[in-house]
Amino acid sequence: MSALTDLTLRAALQGLRQGAFSSCDLTEACLERIERLDGTLHAFLTLTPELARQQAQAADQQYAAWRQDPSRGLPPLLGVPLAVKDVFCVSGVRTTCGSHILENFVPPYSATPVERLLEAGMVMLGKTNTDEFAMGSSTENSAYGATRNPWQPERVPGGSSGGSAACVAARMAPAALGSDTGGSVRQPASFCGICGIKPTYGRVSRYGLVAYGSSLDCPGAFARSVEDVALLFERMAGFDRRDATCVDVPLPEIHLPSEGESSPLRGVRVGVPQEYFIQGIQPAVEQAVRQAIAEMERLGASVEAVALPHTAYALPVYYLIAPAEASANLARYDGVRFGPRQPADTLWEMFRRTRGVGFGAEVKRRIMLGTYALSAGYYDAYYGQAQKVRTLIKQDFECAFEKVDVIAAPVAPSTAFRFGEHSEDPLAMYLEDVFTLPANLAGVPGLAFPVGFDAQGLPIGIQLMAAHYREDILFRVGHAYQLATEWHLQPPPLYV
Amino acid sequence: MRLTIEEVKHIAHLARLELSEDELQRFTEQLSEILDYAARLQELDTSHILPTSSVLPPRSMLRPDEVLPPLSPEEILRNAAASAQGQFKVPPVLE
Repeated sequence: MSALTDLTLRAALQGLRQGAFSSCDLTEACLERIERLDGTLHAFLTLTPELARQQAQAADQQYAAWRQDPSRGLPPLLGVPLAVKDVFCVSGVRTTCGSHILENFVPPYSATPVERLLEAGMVMLGKTNTDEFAMGSSTENSAYGATRNPWQPERVPGGSSGGSAACVAARMAPAALGSDTGGSVRQPASFCGICGIKPTYGRVSRYGLVAYGSSLDCPGAFARSVEDVALLFERMAGFDRRDATCVDVPLPEIHLPSEGESSPLRGVRVGVPQEYFIQGIQPAVEQAVRQAIAEMERLGASVEAVALPHTAYALPVYYLIAPAEASANLARYDGVRFGPRQPADTLWEMFRRTRGVGFGAEVKRRIMLGTYALSAGYYDAYYGQAQKVRTLIKQDFECAFEKVDVIAAPVAPSTAFRFGEHSEDPLAMYLEDVFTLPANLAGVPGLAFPVGFDAQGLPIGIQLMAAHYREDILFRVGHAYQLATEWHLQPPPLYV
Repeated sequence: MRLTIEEVKHIAHLARLELSEDELQRFTEQLSEILDYAARLQELDTSHILPTSSVLPPRSMLRPDEVLPPLSPEEILRNAAASAQGQFKVPPVLE
């Protein structure tokens, strides 16, 4: 039998139900692996071993009671460990957002997605590293130091949810929560060779997710198989009265193809947008993505070209809208209600100094950019125009989804880059997000999963996008692909 | 779009951000570069396009106005740098 930490979420659940091992065994195995690897990888900002052990013991008691009396039923994800990106509030657990300005913040309540996964029986291992306030594509913007990529520690894990992606890839946890405002789940999933879902905007409650770009933010999830990601998604999704943008639209039943099914993708129309295969894309990335699309065709899907003509505008649109929303959302960090305060004689001086000391460079840059884009005299030219072009991007997707069920594209133009490669040039770093931003601007769901490796052995990801509320078709296609291929089963070589 | 250092100081004032001289210099460069890049949005004719107010169709979000148990003042004040008499305490607002 392989190590407990190698088990997927689904395999772990099966083992727990059969009594092959306990939740305490599984949790200890994860904690030991974290102990062994996290000194190098730095995926976690806060560990919660006492909480994890308590929850694991409680889970084991529930399994024992269920064995006595199977009519009692079981919470669906009982006893499986989970890591949580440190932008989700967890009651009584320090929540920093990777920022000094929240270094001592202990929320009095939990985010809805966290609450729902814990209600489903999961065991919380700790809080994972992130770019400060989820602003970044590499975790290099974390105030507490970057996370390393488990495939090659001199490279970034992607971001902003790099800690969650790295810990799942390195087998420190079978599952993790992330958030995706412009690609922050899909891009690190791709860089770390795992799977991640960015749901439809409004499908998963943002209550307790510390706000960055409120019209773009989506709680998402990571695991090592598409099937596992679907299990997490089903528990997280659903109406929540505490988030006014959370929708009350029933979840479609997720029908995953089963092993041995012939042509599992018959009837599925896959669209390929030429705008995502631009010059400058790493050839190995294009090749792996095209091969994966060919595999989907072999599995019964039909493939056709689609046009998303405004794709190139997504980057400037995003980098006006997201900073504008951020500049408003981050106004609350002023030293009054939470976070450390800088001493000053007047209130205004205290605000300025607290924020000047507490925020890192990228956060300041985006607050400045957003403040400018919203300021009198520039609003129409920047923010107003960006919101109009956003409509055009959204319409591109609406037209495309009249013809196809899913759109297949690379997640990022290249595989994981080296530390420092883009850190002096913000625009070059923003270009990393060029393929992931459109889904956030249009509010459509996106699923990333591995489809190959480049010559350096670094993982390559594909992303599938679908119409609003059609996460089910993403999971169907992704799972069919994973039944036929083994990319997602490859562990990072350094830590086997 | 070249920003001047005076403009950058003004934005920092609006954002209530204390910036060092070095940061002011750097942001003047970087924000100018980013805004130059964003200027390509002006290429598009959007005179007949409505701005996106929500990515999903607007819905009625009425619900019963029920009183639910709130967080206690103690829980809320626990994260404050300074509090007194059940309230947040700050430096003088008016001289």
